[in-house]
Amino acid sequence: MSGQFQLDGQAVPFEDGQTILQAARAAGRYIPHLCWHPDFPPHGSCKLCVVKVGGRHLSSCAAPAVEGIEVESDTAELRAERRALLQMLFVEGNHFCPSCEKSGHCQLQAQAYEHEMMSARFAYFYPPRPVDASHPDIVLDFNRCIFCELCVRASREVDGKNVFALSGRGIHKHLVVNAESGRLADTDFAADDLAANICPVGVILHKRQGFRVPIGERPYDARPISRVELAAGGREADE
Amino acid sequence: MDVEASVREVVGRQGRDATRLLQILIALQDRLDWLPPAAITAVAAELGLPRARVEGVAGFYSLLHGTPAGRYRIRFSDNITDRMQGSEALRKRLCHLLWTECGKTSEDGLVSIGTTSCTGMGDQGPALLVNGRAVTRLDAARIERIAELVRGGVPLDDWPAEFFRVEEGIRRRGPLLGTPFEPGSALRAAIARGRTGWGEEMARSGLRGRGGAGFATATKWQACRDAPGADKVVVCNADEGEPGTFKDRVLLAHEAERVFEGMTLAAWATGARTGFVYLRGEYRFVLDALQAVLARRRAVGLLGMGILGEAGFDFDIEIHLGAGAYVCGEETALLESLEGRRGTPRIRPPFPVTHGYLGRPTVVNNVETLALATWIALEGGAAFAATGTPRSTGTKLLSVSGDCARPGVYEFPFGVTVAEVLEECGALDTLAVQVGGASGVTLAGHEFGRRIAFEDVPSAGAFMVFDGRRDPFEIAHAFVEFFAHESCGFCTPCRIGTTLLKNDLDKLARGVGGKVDLANIEWINRLLRNASHCGLGSSAPNPVEDGLAKFRPAWERRLRSLEFEPAFDLDAALGPARRMTGRSDPGAHLDREESSQ
Repeated sequence: MSGQFQLDGQAVPFEDGQTILQAARAAGRYIPHLCWHPDFPPHGSCKLCVVKVGGRHLSSCAAPAVEGIEVESDTAELRAERRALLQMLFVEGNHFCPSCEKSGHCQLQAQAYEHEMMSARFAYFYPPRPVDASHPDIVLDFNRCIFCELCVRASREVDGKNVFALSGRGIHKHLVVNAESGRLADTDFAADDLAANICPVGVILHKRQGFRVPIGERPYDARPISRVELAAGGREADE
Repeated sequence: MDVEASVREVVGRQGRDATRLLQILIALQDRLDWLPPAAITAVAAELGLPRARVEGVAGFYSLLHGTPAGRYRIRFSDNITDRMQGSEALRKRLCHLLWTECGKTSEDGLVSIGTTSCTGMGDQGPALLVNGRAVTRLDAARIERIAELVRGGVPLDDWPAEFFRVEEGIRRRGPLLGTPFEPGSALRAAIARGRTGWGEEMARSGLRGRGGAGFATATKWQACRDAPGADKVVVCNADEGEPGTFKDRVLLAHEAERVFEGMTLAAWATGARTGFVYLRGEYRFVLDALQAVLARRRAVGLLGMGILGEAGFDFDIEIHLGAGAYVCGEETALLESLEGRRGTPRIRPPFPVTHGYLGRPTVVNNVETLALATWIALEGGAAFAATGTPRSTGTKLLSVSGDCARPGVYEFPFGVTVAEVLEECGALDTLAVQVGGASGVTLAGHEFGRRIAFEDVPSAGAFMVFDGRRDPFEIAHAFVEFFAHESCGFCTPCRIGTTLLKNDLDKLARGVGGKVDLANIEWINRLLRNASHCGLGSSAPNPVEDGLAKFRPAWERRLRSLEFEPAFDLDAALGPARRMTGRSDPGAHLDREESSQ
């Protein structure tokens, strides 16, 4: 079965079983997201993909596409709310873009540019989050974690290793690794695991690779994330 | 005690079942006082789970300790009503007597003292938990005695029994609390009607869920009955965590037969064979009694195979404990917890009636809802619907606490006005009433004519009374602290927004707020309401929005200026340095440092 719905006044076709975000993406329309990944089921935690349907806010990554609905996404209201969600993520962790290896490669930073975030607005939390550099090939900088759980999911579902999990609750939630010592070196994590290569921000970094691509020549330095993402989605569709 | 031996024994007793992970961790902490890293490793190995997953579950529940805790683990209930009864001073006194600090473990490992969210003793507070056991009606003398008992290392079983006595607390009886109940009588009546006829009787009653959302119970049962899948489940939500609510405590302690019979009635309607009670850890004091009632019901054929001789009517109930997580009252978080996971709400749809416990069709009902089903079975749906209002049938149990002469549980027909409840509980000079708990609504004097009903003021049962001595800002502040503490942390707006809100209210409480903070608060509220993953986040703004709308002067009094005022206080930040260098002249502003703590 298939049908179509309206996204910001334009028709988007969908196949049965597609979510609003999936159908939009397949039609070359971008809805911002951080925790969603095309190879995994929807997670629904970052809430950046929030849209409005019939006056109600929904996570478009998880909400099924339904015939005839009118979806609002690229409106001043939703852009402002997404910007505020990004501001929340920035004050929650310790994000120092100018000195971060991931700059230009970081989806959080790219979304902030995409949403014209000019300040953090809220007061910073400055949480203490020690770095784990124990592993020979990988360094974990927890300061930048946004809890998308992509590493958790990739390690569990693809790598079959369960290297990562979340512990704690609320604002004290944190990433843990699968070792009594709490050190990544004491797990079976490897640099070619999918989990080592899926972090949308700068938590999971490969050693001896720093700044191999110069700042200024990285994907989101050249083009906004919406265009990079749509190009990636298009290539998938072509294959 | 040897950690690995303890783990082997506990895991073995729980059938080496990973869905019982939370139960295993609770039992282990009972033995070891906390959950040392080696115990987490051993549990993971015994169950064949990744260690990180076990650590993740252990870290989620606030009554579990991941760092060394005392042999006596004391948690003061920290609801606003406990505070109004002087709990903060009592806690400080106990810390002083035991030479420790709140939130820490004493250096000799004897005792740790902290706080926890409302323990459901609002009618007999201030209250605390010691190693999970409830102590009620705290006062100065009781605190002195507790300090002596702790210092003397007296086992809890040898503490004075009256410390642990939880009074019945029933103040007004209606058809539910006032009618003697013969176990099995409601089931016989429902079986006589047949499964379909019983479902129709429920539909006639108009019964709506008493957990707060008010969904039609018969519709939920029918959807579960119609869902594909043979192995259906009935879950009783006894995770009564809403601050100021304790009516389920009363039902579990005094009407357990009705609650279990209600679950069995749900099984008759849906065809479920498996039942669970998810009992909040704070109500552990009723666990043994509940197990005894279950055993009695099994012995007389009210549970088990072929209930009351009806071939194919097989159903049994097991009890799972929670461990301090308000969010587990949300039904999908509850199911996650019941499966031995972190209590994070699921994406819906699918809904539990089709994909619930372990993916099986599942009905989750509140304790009170299930107890009321016995009334409907015995008296019929029409008789039930004759009580209350057309859209809110039957009676409602209200947990009345705060500034009133007679706190306790009141059974009123739906439609009762707030003023009538205030009159009956002996409340004088009432400034505000918080109906429905922290996530409910704050009513001001001009609203006391409103009615408790789904169509006017819905309520899961809390009814907290505040008189003219109270500061409405402090009421909202307490609830905001509660939400920040209880957010599961899954989604961005709730995880960060509840703490941002708390920080902003802390700033106002310190007297350094400005008008910009009120604007910030409104913006955070909007994100919480619009973008949160579940009802915890979307209702977290309620006490703030009600407070600002109805008691704005109490908030504006807190503002230092109506213009910008920074959160950062230079004098306070320099305080420690000035103190270390021995500066104590008035220009050092050391008072600022103290007032900011």
